[in-house]
Amino acid sequence: MNLEFSDEQKFVQKTARDYLTENAPLSLCRAVLEGNKPYDPALWKGVAEMGWLGTAVPEAYGGAGLSHLELVLIAQELGRALAPIPFSSSVYLATEAILQAGSEAQKQKYLPKLTAGEAIGTLALAEGLGDFDASSASGTSFDGSTVTGTKLPVSDGAATNFAVVVAREGSGHSLVLVDLEGEGVTRSALASFDPSRPLAKLELKRARGERLGGAGQGAQLVRDVLDRAAVMMGYEQVGGAERALDLTRSFAMGRFAFGRPVASFQALKHRMADVYAKTQIALSNGYFAAWALSNGSPELAVAACSTRVAASEAFVLASEEMIQIHGGVGFTWEYDCHLFYRRARSLAAALGTANEWREKLVSRLQASGFGSGKGATELATD
Amino acid sequence: MNFDDTPQEAEFRAKARAFLSQHLTPLDPNESAPNLLGEREDKDAIDSAKRWQATKFDAGWAVLTWPKEHGGQGLGRMENVIFNQEEGRFKTPAPIYGIGHGMLGPTLMTHGTKQQKERYVKEMARGQVVWCQLFSEPAAGSDLAGLRSSAVRDGSDWIINGQKIWSTGAQYCDWGMIVVRTDPSLPKHDGLTYFIVDMHAKGVEVRPIKQINGGSGFNEVFFSDVRVPDAQRVGGVGEGWKVSITTLMNERVSIGAGTSGGRIRDIFRLANECRRNGKPAIEDGGVRQQLADAFITSKGLQYTSYRILSALSRGGTPGPEGSISKAVGAPFGQQLSAFALDLQGAMGGLLDPTLTPQEALWQETYLGSPGLRIAGGTDEVLRNIIAERVLGLPSEMRMDKGMPFRDVPTGPTKK
Repeated sequence: MNLEFSDEQKFVQKTARDYLTENAPLSLCRAVLEGNKPYDPALWKGVAEMGWLGTAVPEAYGGAGLSHLELVLIAQELGRALAPIPFSSSVYLATEAILQAGSEAQKQKYLPKLTAGEAIGTLALAEGLGDFDASSASGTSFDGSTVTGTKLPVSDGAATNFAVVVAREGSGHSLVLVDLEGEGVTRSALASFDPSRPLAKLELKRARGERLGGAGQGAQLVRDVLDRAAVMMGYEQVGGAERALDLTRSFAMGRFAFGRPVASFQALKHRMADVYAKTQIALSNGYFAAWALSNGSPELAVAACSTRVAASEAFVLASEEMIQIHGGVGFTWEYDCHLFYRRARSLAAALGTANEWREKLVSRLQASGFGSGKGATELATD
Repeated sequence: MNFDDTPQEAEFRAKARAFLSQHLTPLDPNESAPNLLGEREDKDAIDSAKRWQATKFDAGWAVLTWPKEHGGQGLGRMENVIFNQEEGRFKTPAPIYGIGHGMLGPTLMTHGTKQQKERYVKEMARGQVVWCQLFSEPAAGSDLAGLRSSAVRDGSDWIINGQKIWSTGAQYCDWGMIVVRTDPSLPKHDGLTYFIVDMHAKGVEVRPIKQINGGSGFNEVFFSDVRVPDAQRVGGVGEGWKVSITTLMNERVSIGAGTSGGRIRDIFRLANECRRNGKPAIEDGGVRQQLADAFITSKGLQYTSYRILSALSRGGTPGPEGSISKAVGAPFGQQLSAFALDLQGAMGGLLDPTLTPQEALWQETYLGSPGLRIAGGTDEVLRNIIAERVLGLPSEMRMDKGMPFRDVPTGPTKK
């Protein structure tokens, strides 16, 4: 057993951090948040040139041919930077869906463009209130060649060229690739909690689409794609939590009250220690999930849930405590705390909430016989 | 990164399992853990622990990480963890060697003289004598360096007076490691010295403490003019704090490596057995959310200990990151057992082992859990450690800094 990332993998992470320190200061996130562009195109171009979009894509499709172990470390750094780009939608969701379910022709068609950043994809699943799974996608239908229905919210929907749409087909669901620049598609930007990662509404009226994966396999494929995305998103959330804590720490060291740095008060030290502990618990779950993801282990089904819940909680806590420990200035538009507060909430809302992932976790453990008292199959790591 | 055994690790695991199955009864993974709490202090339990330790030692399966010259096997931490995992699959006698083998042995090997190592370490490894730690005092808990027990030089001996408290297992121990004040005119950390003390010596009196859970794992130990030869001093005069830190760092590693939150499967089993709204409790939405959180924290602690272990086995040193294991694990133990009692409904108010699930294990765990939030560093001390040593936040203000110990203000307790 060895739970360390390799020196080469750590080098990939360091390169990512250096690049983002130089090219993605928090002012970049703020500019997108305050402006009217859905993302920062220069950073997107730079990230494509760095080869990150195709990190885990085979070289035959223009990728770097590395593993998800490298990809999660890049995700962690993008999280630290609050990068205002549609990376998670295009890489964790669209690229992964095509890698998992695409025909050879679909891979040839989409993956080189995705890895070059020339095409941006997303997943269109939700239709208003409901769970983030195929059961909520029943108002959209696919007739074999066109899709009709309304999807909201869709992450980065205004920025993307195509979407993997979850639609009803016959008695089941299918995944359908839909060109969002084609006929029958109306897109509208929605007022979003975190405008640096904006949401959109897609109205599809007989929009042309081609099936991704088998007819009726959509529910299972969505489940698989979300499990994989949850691990990468978990690392992004951990990165956000770590940065929030770093900045909170620096502020508290420099802010004096009663003649001493506020960072010296035990009440605040303990809050920061709790954020650190929560983040480490998330990261440790993430280590196992990243290994399961890169190894094709069946334990991913459980590990993805654990990572997703722990990472959502860690980033949300870190961003809440960030404002609390900053005090009054933390509540101003001028300070960056709200960038983290918004991002933490928007990432917690994407891919299904912690409540949903807790429920999935227990269902999956039950299905594996965990703690049932009869013929339980042991998890390898138990 | 790899969670699986390497071929060498798998071979070692198979050998360990073969050895263990010759001597022990395996636990059924489909059955909840038996309640072994409270058996620790019985004479029979101590005798059977000693017999098992001798069996392991004689077969070459004891103190695996210690050097061969000191009775160990010179193996890595990873092999040690694998052996412990495998041993955990069997019903074993009470664990009475954690302090000696986890903390005191490594301290002696680091700071002891050649004669001390030869005299004590191998004997400690075989476990027919048991060692305890004599650190805390009634007026020195979290502020351990504020301890007041004294040692005064008398020819080639030292005379120890004072009171220690919270000494685990002192009632059945043969030797102890004690830190005492040898110079009260120095600031508190500078005037301490560390000794090996014979627990059967004249003037040593052990009084078991009756704890809130009815058990007596801990003791008060009184020292009245106890004579200790200078040859039993560990480290230099005035270096007691430095030596104590070695002991405490090893405590942190022991706790870190030992945390597994291993009872999570039993909680799921309990949620299947107990009922809520006329159905198994595990079908209740609120219960399911709590089960998920318990699983996630438990696995997070387990993988954190594996991360620390991976760093250590690649040549790193024990770092303060290990503090999160106890900072999170100790309150988690209390939350988990409270959850288990809630699942039991009104039966959670019983302490009768014949009527309650797992022979009142969760009741007893809940009663014992406050102690774990205090022992070996309180929740608050551990948060300070994380804040100061991991996050680099300012240290606590110390009113006694640089002050001769005898001038440090005290409460009503006499110096």
